[in-house]
Amino acid sequence: MKLHKFRQMGMNIVIDVNSGAIHVVDDIVYDVLDHYKSNTLDEIIINLQNKYSKEQIKEAYDEIMQLEEEGLLYTEDPYKNIILNDNGPSYIKAMCLNIAHDCNLKCKYCFASEGDYKGERKLMSPEVGKRAVDFVIENAGPRKNVEIDLFGGEPLMNFKTVKEIVEYARKREKETGKNIRFTITTNATLLNDEIMDFIDENMGNVVLSIDGRKEVNDNIRIRYDGTGTFDDILPKIKAMVEKRKDGKQYYVRGTFTRENLDFYNDVMMLADEGFKEISIEPVVLEDKHPFL
Amino acid sequence: MKHIKTINMGALKNSIAKPGCKECANSCQSACKTSCTVANLECENR
Repeated sequence: MKLHKFRQMGMNIVIDVNSGAIHVVDDIVYDVLDHYKSNTLDEIIINLQNKYSKEQIKEAYDEIMQLEEEGLLYTEDPYKNIILNDNGPSYIKAMCLNIAHDCNLKCKYCFASEGDYKGERKLMSPEVGKRAVDFVIENAGPRKNVEIDLFGGEPLMNFKTVKEIVEYARKREKETGKNIRFTITTNATLLNDEIMDFIDENMGNVVLSIDGRKEVNDNIRIRYDGTGTFDDILPKIKAMVEKRKDGKQYYVRGTFTRENLDFYNDVMMLADEGFKEISIEPVVLEDKHPFL
Repeated sequence: MKHIKTINMGALKNSIAKPGCKECANSCQSACKTSCTVANLECENR
């Protein structure tokens, strides 16, 4: 029964969440909707009598009612009962492995406290990684396709374990008939030819972090000595993307903060560099953080 | 209609006639991987 309504570019827009219907409405309907489910028509006429005539309100009310009857407003969630009544077993579909609780950068907005997640700086052992592969396979049930994300910290600080996990997963795929898709998220600083070839061959998707324009990136994505990373990572990201032929996936992935609310310029800069798959997303931090 | 212009007819209900096979790619939604899951997923059954 959810509606989402907002004003933008001089329009009143109403989205019926469960059906996906989208309506542009006038001010009368926009106001009547605030009362439609909680008041009778007569009550709404009284509530809004200082703004609209009785006839206007009645017309708007009737149009809302008509769309409700047609299943385009206040639609019930068709999946609700299916989900609530699903008592079957639940299976694992994807797993995220923090390959390294460590990072060679100290980006100012880092949610992982510069990689260590407020714990010890440690690397995942190959043995733990292999057991994680077994765990996913054993708990994936009937699902053939499962995903493993290689994450951190900076996972390439522990490339040895990355390689062993992938090698082990390939062996287990043959034994079990599962298809394991890997993704890796990297700050791109440690990319070299060997690592790029490995990623290209073995990763279903590679997420490459850069925030856009040099001054934007180097304000936040910095090394321990305070220097920016832009000049180092841009050519490496280009080289990595260059290898992704035949529709292989990648994302050039930036985060925007209050420091670059004009982040469309960062999207344009990345597009001008030739990247086709660009994702710029908002930083998520606690309310008082300076980079929220 | 005088007060309402519908610019997109809802079709989400129709998806229930053909439920998902639960094989499409998935990633933890934290931080950097929203793009992997939400954007441009290819259907395994196409």
